Amino acid sequence: MMNRGLGSGGGSSSGKNQGGEAVVEMFPSGLRVLVVDDDPTCLMILERMLRTCLYEVTKCNRAEMALSLLRKNKHGFDIVISDVHMPDMDGFKLLEHVGLEMDLPVIMMSADDSKSVVLKGVTHGAVDYLIKPVRMEALKNIWQHVVRKRRTEWSGVPTHSGSVEETGERQRQQQQREAVSGGEEDGADDNNSSSVNEGGNNNWRNSSSSSSRKRKEEEGGEEQGDEDASNLKKPRVVWSVELHQQFVAAVNQLGVEKAVPKKILELMNVPGLTRENVASHLQKYRIYLRRLGGVSQHQGSLNNSFMTSQDASFGSLPTLNGFDLQALAQLPAQSLAQLQAAGLGRPAAMNSKPGLPVSSSIVDERSVFSFDNPKMSLLHGVPTGMEPRQLAGLQQHRMTIQQQIAAVRAGHSLQNNGMRMPLASQQQQPFSRPQQSSIRQPMLPNRSGFSGRSSIPESSRVLPTTSYTNLAAQQQHSMAFSNFQQELPLNSFPLASAPGLSVRKPHSSSYREDVNSSEAGFTAPSYDMFSSRQNDWDLRSMLSPHQDSQAYSSSSMSRNNNSAVAATDHSRNHHQQTPQGMVSHHQVYGNGGGSSVKVKAETMGFHEQYSNQEDLMSALLKQEGIGPVDTEFDFDAYSIDDIPV
Amino acid sequence: MQRQVALIKQSLFDQGYLDEQFIELEELQDDANPNFVEEVATLYFKDSARLISNIEQALERGSFDFNRLDNYMHQFKGSSTSIGASKVKTECTMFREYCRVGNAEGWQDRRGPRRLHVGPSNTGTDQ
Repeated sequence: MMNRGLGSGGGSSSGKNQGGEAVVEMFPSGLRVLVVDDDPTCLMILERMLRTCLYEVTKCNRAEMALSLLRKNKHGFDIVISDVHMPDMDGFKLLEHVGLEMDLPVIMMSADDSKSVVLKGVTHGAVDYLIKPVRMEALKNIWQHVVRKRRTEWSGVPTHSGSVEETGERQRQQQQREAVSGGEEDGADDNNSSSVNEGGNNNWRNSSSSSSRKRKEEEGGEEQGDEDASNLKKPRVVWSVELHQQFVAAVNQLGVEKAVPKKILELMNVPGLTRENVASHLQKYRIYLRRLGGVSQHQGSLNNSFMTSQDASFGSLPTLNGFDLQALAQLPAQSLAQLQAAGLGRPAAMNSKPGLPVSSSIVDERSVFSFDNPKMSLLHGVPTGMEPRQLAGLQQHRMTIQQQIAAVRAGHSLQNNGMRMPLASQQQQPFSRPQQSSIRQPMLPNRSGFSGRSSIPESSRVLPTTSYTNLAAQQQHSMAFSNFQQELPLNSFPLASAPGLSVRKPHSSSYREDVNSSEAGFTAPSYDMFSSRQNDWDLRSMLSPHQDSQAYSSSSMSRNNNSAVAATDHSRNHHQQTPQGMVSHHQVYGNGGGSSVKVKAETMGFHEQYSNQEDLMSALLKQEGIGPVDTEFDFDAYSIDDIPV
Repeated sequence: MQRQVALIKQSLFDQGYLDEQFIELEELQDDANPNFVEEVATLYFKDSARLISNIEQALERGSFDFNRLDNYMHQFKGSSTSIGASKVKTECTMFREYCRVGNAEGWQDRRGPRRLHVGPSNTGTDQ
């Protein structure tokens, strides 16, 4: 046993980086702890306890060894637990060294509980003092110290989130990832390269950064800072559909004009959500609303839907990563909504289904949009108005998105969702959807692409957009939520996969199945994306014919999502479904239903291009922002009944 | 046999030799670590034996080095509390008190009983 203490030094924590993704997801699991105690019994017990907490433990029975370990591996540990009385070096001395050289949080412990010693611990800078016998409960919460420390460190550091944010593990991962992924984002202001960001946090951050670039400038990077800081150890907040819905509900309750982050936070009552998260999200949301108001070309409703779709798209977008959300953004507002739906769906699809819940939740919300195809839910937002060029762009993005999605999926199911968004947004950037993204929500970092889209070209093609707006309005929240949801899952380890997205499926069967799943939880953003895409498409088509919009958006969204899969179906469904008023949330997404067929056609075409959710997302984005993408996606006449996905 | 072990264990609890910390340790044991408690206990005994002999040596010297004794005791106490050996912990505390006031005789009086319950015992983990 003694060996353990001696030998363990160095070994256990190294794996963090590689397992970054996984770790990120499981935060606080994977926390790298260094335990120093000359008492072998205690050391063994502590190690066992910490392992049970799913932390990575390194034992050390000598302070000198601990120091050398720390020096050798500067970022190899997140926190140090040390005994006070040790033969070779006083525990407080070690505490000082660690604080000065590595600036890691150090917890002191001892069987000695006399006040003087405890006070000494405090004055020497220990973040906590545990009395032996140390119990599990005490160890379970040590991660808070890591987060706290990071927050204070990063609290003013906007961007560059990649490297700073997240716990050390993540950091590492991120850094590595960033290096790898390089610049998925156009700006890649964040290190978190969108691509497969390791823990999705990066992605989210990146995407958000891209989308929030504007915002950042506005806020001085507060968002980023917030995100980073708040994400310190917490995964980025993924504004899944559900979460977004909650957010929107809270905002509505307070009154959009009067809503303040603090109150919203209270109303939402979501554990782990910080005021900063809400603030940045609110900002995005406000921008989105503004944009909607401005883009009333199609219909005011569209804007709404757009917004929502945006959200959705954002959510999904992230997953899309590669989606040319921007392109989507170009699409008319309607399409936006669709995109959202798609986006939402996407994320779900992207992720590996498990994340669907997010999308589903979105769907529910979306139902408001009355997407014909519930499935659309996520991607509903796919702006039908995908402009040809956008579509083209989308296509490109699609690929990327797909890749991203895949990457994301690999990363974390849940997190991916959230991450996706960022990823998607990142990709979107090329589409220059800046506007959209900023709107929607902080959550949709990716959305940024959408935001651009929100401008949603009203082009007729964008029919879906109109629906979007409608849907968007309703769906906004849902979309946002889905997005959020996705994100949420990412953040906290407890992410339990987007809550409730499961609803998605209800969409008309045709709703891309994928989308449905995505709705369920962003974890599988891909689904959402697709579904939303499809929805979008459908929506779009629908929009023109009817303003079901919502249904449209959803359908379009969904369409986008699974362009390949249900693209055709959706469009069909959309038509038939006619905005049932969001049958089951899903509708929202994909509902654009029958009417949206026309739009769908367009979108479908679009969708198809995206074969993957990612594509859808991008398509959506494009749609929104791109305006008639017909040419490329052969939307020409919006008559694409079912975009041959 | 298991029953005997259980009985012994229960008696240890009843007599105050073991406290809830021990139960915590037992809870840490699972399929992945089937002998955790046994391992810990073994480690504890080995280590405490070492400590005790150190203490004895220190005590046998003419003049007591209370500081050193206090250190040993502190270590011993830490181990004992971690494993849930509450009686030992109590004794250690008292011993340290004696050391603090420089009362060597008082401690010596208590040495005997302490040794008794610090010994390999069936912690009930090894079936």
